[in-house]
Amino acid sequence: MKLTIERAALLKALGHVQSVVERRNTIPILSNVQIEAADGSLALTATDLDLAIVEHAEAQVTEPGAITAPAHTLFDIVRKLPEGAEIELSLGADQRLDLRAGRSHFTLACLPKEDFPVMSEGDLPHQFSISSTDLKRLIDRTRFAISTEETRYYLNGIYLHVAESNKPRLRAVATDGHRLAQAEIPVPEGATGMPGVIIPRKTVGEIRKLIDEFDGDIEIALSDTKIRFSFDGAVLTSKLIDGTFPDYTRVIPVGNDKMLSVDCRSLAEAVDRVSTISSDRTRSVKLSLDKDRIILSVNSPEHGTATEEVAASYSSEAMDVGFNARYLLDILGQIDGDEVQAELADPASPTVVRDAADEGALYVLMPMRV
Amino acid sequence: MTEKNDADQATGNAGDALCRDCLTRLPGARPAAKTGSERCAHCGSPRLIRHRELFDLSLAHVDCDAFFAAIEKRDNPALRDQPVIVGGGRRGVVATCCYIARTYGIHSAMPMYRAKQACPRAVVVPPDMKKYRAVGRQVRQMMEALTPLVEPLSIDEAFLDLAGTERLHGAAPAASLAGLAARIESEIGITVSVGLSYNKFMAKVASDMDKPRGFAVLGQGEALAFLAAQPVGLLPGIGKAFQGKLRRDGITRIGQLQGMEEKALIRRYGVIGSRLARFSRGQDARAVNPHGAAKSISSERSFDLDIADIDALEKQLWGMSENVSASLKSKNLAAGTVTLKLRVGLSRTLTRSSKLDNPTQLAQVIFERGCQLLRREARGTAFRLLGIGVSGLTGAGAADQPDLLDPGAAKKAVIERAMDAVRGRFGGDAIKKGRAL
Repeated sequence: MKLTIERAALLKALGHVQSVVERRNTIPILSNVQIEAADGSLALTATDLDLAIVEHAEAQVTEPGAITAPAHTLFDIVRKLPEGAEIELSLGADQRLDLRAGRSHFTLACLPKEDFPVMSEGDLPHQFSISSTDLKRLIDRTRFAISTEETRYYLNGIYLHVAESNKPRLRAVATDGHRLAQAEIPVPEGATGMPGVIIPRKTVGEIRKLIDEFDGDIEIALSDTKIRFSFDGAVLTSKLIDGTFPDYTRVIPVGNDKMLSVDCRSLAEAVDRVSTISSDRTRSVKLSLDKDRIILSVNSPEHGTATEEVAASYSSEAMDVGFNARYLLDILGQIDGDEVQAELADPASPTVVRDAADEGALYVLMPMRV
Repeated sequence: MTEKNDADQATGNAGDALCRDCLTRLPGARPAAKTGSERCAHCGSPRLIRHRELFDLSLAHVDCDAFFAAIEKRDNPALRDQPVIVGGGRRGVVATCCYIARTYGIHSAMPMYRAKQACPRAVVVPPDMKKYRAVGRQVRQMMEALTPLVEPLSIDEAFLDLAGTERLHGAAPAASLAGLAARIESEIGITVSVGLSYNKFMAKVASDMDKPRGFAVLGQGEALAFLAAQPVGLLPGIGKAFQGKLRRDGITRIGQLQGMEEKALIRRYGVIGSRLARFSRGQDARAVNPHGAAKSISSERSFDLDIADIDALEKQLWGMSENVSASLKSKNLAAGTVTLKLRVGLSRTLTRSSKLDNPTQLAQVIFERGCQLLRREARGTAFRLLGIGVSGLTGAGAADQPDLLDPGAAKKAVIERAMDAVRGRFGGDAIKKGRAL
């Protein structure tokens, strides 16, 4: 194997794949990235056995071949090389990777390509494409509510499925039992009939990073057990969470009759301010709803008290309700419109939050006892 | 140092003395008599304490001597002159041993088989925690009659701040403490050692100096000189590893730290440098806090025979989870982290922790998380010890918040609290979960 590549191209590709590689690995080969050179292109692959990313980059290949090298070390080297450097990669004696750039020369211990685990994707019968804007939106609106609790592993991801409300929608849902977030887009062609799948948290994070600067369409192919995202020379393949997502529609209240409408930004800023003094662990903030105003208050035995009044539109009977300030801010941070609309029932029942500017977005927040 | 002390030193005045038996205060005008030779002018007891600052100091550490063993000896006079070890079953470790047993080199936390090797004729008594807790409570009550500022460190030791109690008791703190020690001895039948000083750290050091049945005083006047000669391991929070680090830097005695600037110590050792600087100079600003918050609560058990069976382990875990939960509930606390402790063989101990999404008080939640951790480790391995603990303690206010997806959780909490209420009225065994039977 022998090739030359521009530093920028290699850095970008390595940057994308190396984040899949866990910092500490019990299986040595999983610390490595696979480097495959074939006619004019370089393919880099990294995997943690649950998820694999392949990224292609242009290169002048003089001798095709493949090897695996330590991902983080390689990334750090390339990162530290000067901008605009030409990098030459070749397979040296006794299975070492030779890296030359200008006056720098590295030799890296390698492992043979044959040992590198290949992620089989099997048959992926459902295929459709969505714009990166739509995918970003589905992810951003919901990922904050993904549970980290391992006991409920089926909540450790985003549930992507086709929902039948008035008209069918491709919907993303995540919940950790304290809050639930939902976002949707029109069903793309080819997605009708797809099974509901749970995309693991890490995969969600990786694909979101990959498409951050990408503008275009992303091809998605999936089966019951695997999902594949492809775009622009990059392919991410991941296992799906093998579990049943709970029937979340049952926890979305329908009869909440106390309507509150308030300027999103003022509310978020006020919540952020008063929560400064709440104790780290509980972070509860009390909302006292009254005729056309909300009084936010935090009472911390150690630190003191804070209150702030926010103008709102509210005409139901006065009531006090407590929320986790961070959860509330997470939701407010996803509201596009100026106004946030909340539907409440009582201080012990879930509250529904809607975004006036995004019809499909819906959030459910469980109150805290305060 | 006060002016009075300077004057005392100049005239060689050793201060007033206190008789620990009749609590008489003896004038200290005469030059210091040789220790040990002086007797109480009032009752003739040789147990006199004479110290220049004796009647000015008010912070004490009171520690029961060989607590569990002392109680067993009290309840069974036949054991009085025997080496007695209190500890768990055929295996397990020494919980406490009496002073006779200690002469054989036996100490707490020593594996039982080693203790038996060291002294085959030692009498091993299984622990009766219920009894010890009752005695501990009695002792605590007597302390609290002296001052509201009692900070228990464990079942058998506490810090007492007696500042300002002189008027109330008509006696100096030293006399009140000597009286307390005498009363615990006559009314409860066990002995304590008292350390009297001007802050917590020094009081704790003092109580260790004259054990058992001791009364040691460390004044501000002698603190620096006394500490200078001591090994650095005496400082609280300096464990074996850190001692090794200091040793590599050539520091073994506290005196060497006294000569170093706090800033230099912080630069070299980080935050702990500040502790080193202060403690080495006998400074400790921590107040006696009667509600001294526990940092963790745990329950563990060594088995007579190693257990590999997961059902049997889980059954044990349930009982311990209930203990931990009961302790949380009684203190009105909630825990954010669950830690499982396992021991394989004699020395390989592993702990596994898991953070909860939300703090809890419930045995059910602690148990479920513990089981999860256990199942990951228990793959046919036989364990010698199993324990479960919680940390990240907070007030119970935010604990066990309702869950959107699990309305049953709220119900479980209600059931558990109802069971607690039944136990509260009818005793601990009145009602049990099926898995505890």
